[in-house]
Amino acid sequence: MTRELLPPSKKNPLERSQVPLRPPAARSAPTLGLLIGATQGRFALQHCDGCGRFLYPVRDVCPDCLGQRLSFQDAPRGGVLLSETTIDITADPYFRRQPAQRQGLVQADCGVTMIALLHRDCPAEGRVRLSLMTDRAGMPVVFAHPETGGAPHMEDDPDWRELTAQPKFRRVLITDGRSPVAEPLARQLLKAGAQEVFVGVADRWKPAPGVDALGGIEGVTLCDLDLRDERSVTGLAADLAGKTDILINSAYHFRPGGLFDAGQVLRAKDTLDICALGLLRLAQAFGPALMGRGGDGTTRNAAAWVNVLSIWAQTGRPASAIFAAAQAAELSLAQSLRGELAQGGVRVMNVFAGALEDEWFEDLPPPKTAPAAVARTVVTALEQGIEDSYVGPDAEEFRARMARNPKEVERLMWQG
Amino acid sequence: MRRDFDGVVVASPVSVPYARFSIETAQWWAGAALRGLTEASGISHKEMDGLSVSSFSLGADSAISLTQHFGMTVRYLDTVPLGGASATVSLRRAARAVQAGDADVIACIGADTNHPDSFRQSLENFSRFAQDAVYPMGSGGANASFALLTRNYMARFGATREDFARICVAQRDNALKNPNALMRKPLTVEQYMTARPIAAPVHLFDCVMPCAGAEAFLVMREETARAQGLTYARLTSAIERHHSFPEDPIQIRGGWAVDVDELYAMAGCTPGDIDVLQTYDDYPVIVMMQFEDLKFCAKGEGHDFVRSHDLRIGGDFPQNTSGGQLSAGQAGAAGGHLGLVEAIRQVTGQAGPTQVAQAKRAMALGFGMINYDRGLASAAVILEAA
Amino acid sequence: MDILTRLASSLTDGAVRLVDLTRTLSPDDPTIIMPPEFGQSWPVKIERISRYDGNGPAWYWNNISFGEHTGTHFDAPVHWVTGRDLPNNTVDTMPLAPMLAPVCVIDCTAEAEADADFLLTRDHILAWEAQHGKIPAGNWVFMRTGWGNKTGAAYANLDAEGAHTPGPDADAIRFLVEERDILGFGTETIGTDWGQGGHLTPPFPAHHYLHGAGKYGLQCLTGLEALPPTGAMILAAPLKILAGSGSPLRVVALVPGGPD
Repeated sequence: MTRELLPPSKKNPLERSQVPLRPPAARSAPTLGLLIGATQGRFALQHCDGCGRFLYPVRDVCPDCLGQRLSFQDAPRGGVLLSETTIDITADPYFRRQPAQRQGLVQADCGVTMIALLHRDCPAEGRVRLSLMTDRAGMPVVFAHPETGGAPHMEDDPDWRELTAQPKFRRVLITDGRSPVAEPLARQLLKAGAQEVFVGVADRWKPAPGVDALGGIEGVTLCDLDLRDERSVTGLAADLAGKTDILINSAYHFRPGGLFDAGQVLRAKDTLDICALGLLRLAQAFGPALMGRGGDGTTRNAAAWVNVLSIWAQTGRPASAIFAAAQAAELSLAQSLRGELAQGGVRVMNVFAGALEDEWFEDLPPPKTAPAAVARTVVTALEQGIEDSYVGPDAEEFRARMARNPKEVERLMWQG
Repeated sequence: MRRDFDGVVVASPVSVPYARFSIETAQWWAGAALRGLTEASGISHKEMDGLSVSSFSLGADSAISLTQHFGMTVRYLDTVPLGGASATVSLRRAARAVQAGDADVIACIGADTNHPDSFRQSLENFSRFAQDAVYPMGSGGANASFALLTRNYMARFGATREDFARICVAQRDNALKNPNALMRKPLTVEQYMTARPIAAPVHLFDCVMPCAGAEAFLVMREETARAQGLTYARLTSAIERHHSFPEDPIQIRGGWAVDVDELYAMAGCTPGDIDVLQTYDDYPVIVMMQFEDLKFCAKGEGHDFVRSHDLRIGGDFPQNTSGGQLSAGQAGAAGGHLGLVEAIRQVTGQAGPTQVAQAKRAMALGFGMINYDRGLASAAVILEAA
Repeated sequence: MDILTRLASSLTDGAVRLVDLTRTLSPDDPTIIMPPEFGQSWPVKIERISRYDGNGPAWYWNNISFGEHTGTHFDAPVHWVTGRDLPNNTVDTMPLAPMLAPVCVIDCTAEAEADADFLLTRDHILAWEAQHGKIPAGNWVFMRTGWGNKTGAAYANLDAEGAHTPGPDADAIRFLVEERDILGFGTETIGTDWGQGGHLTPPFPAHHYLHGAGKYGLQCLTGLEALPPTGAMILAAPLKILAGSGSPLRVVALVPGGPD
């Protein structure tokens, strides 16, 4: 049974902080196809479209029919544990530092045999539920939970914690307290066990009821943070970078308007300054410290950086061209950041939402996304280790259409 | 019905003494083995017209590079990348070449070096499937893979750790007579049982010790051996079978089980006629599977077999008389050559301190390449005294 | 002695003191805010180019950016629609003379402390004149409120109805412009207008009347308590920005010396 994780004691200042280590990161290019599922919380395995069977490990040709029309399709998650072991001795530095890794051979219901990382509560030879995850090197691995029976504190399994970014006992910085997402997010993070939530607020002299409400939440500390101002960002980093375990960039600066509207260049600069350059400033001030603390213990090490983004980051949208462009810039920086932080085992997760249920989208008919739903999705992404999440029916539809035909999405955006 | 191996012999068993770690290269170890062959046979390497090489640590080189490196001109050349099955497979293929007259004298060499980090590196880069789907899941290497097979085998057939201990303890006893074995201290059942877990149920004494070393032998026609005045053994049978039984969800048998009847038929003998057996022993579970698959006992009865037989040199079923890899050390791809070279020595009466009395017929086995969840390559040969 | 030599020696011997009336240009200082759908003035941004580092091993410098109406700043007549057609109405074309001019300081500190929404009226001005004499033409008139000592939220003093900061009513400004022909009007708050000036008639009367008549504005001043009611001079030279509507600037007062 999983042992309940206890709150970590204060760090011993006499001990060296453990340097980040990464699990083995080498994968063949075809195997990276597993990332399609692993990054979205789906169990999508390689599938031969010719004969209909699932394949694992990932191949370049179907061993049954020699077909090469291979795709990645959602597979049933169930399986039977055929055998298991606990690896006490390994030559790999990452696994040497981890608690002894439990590993199993699973006969998956979809027909393949998978070597999987095993949750400690999996009964020998019992049924398991398989997940594709990304490990701390950002690479795909297989994890097996017990299929039934949720023992208490299952989420405290040390390997599951490595494959996710559990808020439990971690200290979180939300960068934009004026975002409508900030307040529900802070509440849900605390409910998920976050030890402390810092919320950055720009221009504290401008009153806002949302900010006041945030400041009143037990466990929340408001801080001055103006993403437009390098001095402000580095100033807060001086206080917090060394103890931020999860950074959630909630920067939200939506302004409508198309390319031909007057004054758009200035608006673009302001929007880019907050969305894209804001991320860059945060990366410069917080990134190296986060990366350096990726291996700083297992309970309260730096774990994740989350960006709350618009689906329009992935396409253009004439009615809010500037915002879409700024989001695209932020997304691009986030992807580069992912490569940087992966060196420290710190995950970069993106949560994509469509139009929010807020003052800026009053003219849009439903479905729109409640800020609380975005907050829920951020917490789920952290708890489940999901790299790319989509919130609400419009974002889900966007994802499905983009997967089918990005040009279709581009044309649909012309309608607003 | 395949052709027999009439007229094919093996000679000049060579072992280059093992070292736990070596600062030399695999080419150095292979070269030492080749020199050993020339010294043992009196045949200059320039007169040899065939070369077969197995190694994990040649870097960018393969057998072709070694022809120039070693000053050989050959008309038969093979690189056999089959790990523990390399020795038996290279013998089988070389035998067909000399039988057909494609070559006259073929040097078969297994050689590997071992630096302190070589083993981890070879695990990490063992195969694409291993890299993609095994190594990232805890980096347990072959220990973890065999742990999965061992636990399943134990649960399914009732074998216990004490049964595996019998194999390991007997082999250590044999190794005490082999001056080249790396493990020279006696091993007791109690020490075996209380050893630390590596990847349970695999514990310390279930694992081989990686080392540097080389093993080699010559393959030729009988008249060539006679003309050179060499002591030789006849090859009477050889099989290889790869990726057998893919339908088994987890491995409980090797490719030998497919061809075992033909193996004995070609040799004109039965399991009871084998005087000395050299199994491939990277883990004791696979030794037990070989007892079953080669019909020394029925499937699932390997544990009864070891309980009722004495596996030592002087026992009723002498097995891995040099100590096997478990006690002599595993010199990479030369690991499979250890047993074959020992088998040649046994049937030619050259085994010295490990010699089994009246050893007229020996079987040597090869097994290798845990590509993903199981060993893919299996091979076997039977040798007879001339 | 000629007059400038006398000034120089007065500056040396303390007979004339220089007083800084300028807030530090800082990203943290509140600025005017507009509803978000309007164009936005940039706050101060200071971005390091180098500081004796890889980007400049021996030198330190920054790029700065800000709106023309940021920090302690100067309003030219062109800033408001009422002054848009006046000649020489921008900071680069305006005459030099207004850049050094005498000032009358009306102390409203007590009133502003009692009521953030304090409105300066014509009667207050007349009462001041009764004590200090008639405001001469061509003078700056500064409304001293002590507001310049505040920072952050207290300085902006915003609530859901907007800013609550003291300022002149329409009548007071019309009086100063039309009947006293002042040079311009200066305040310690963000803007020459009352915090709720948008609700007056006309909206933002200080901007409306001052700039319509070619007068100037100074705002976000601080340290006005160092000035006598009359007798000081103000050095206020905005940056020479092409067609600029205003500019942050250093405002320095020349104040008669002595302990009182």
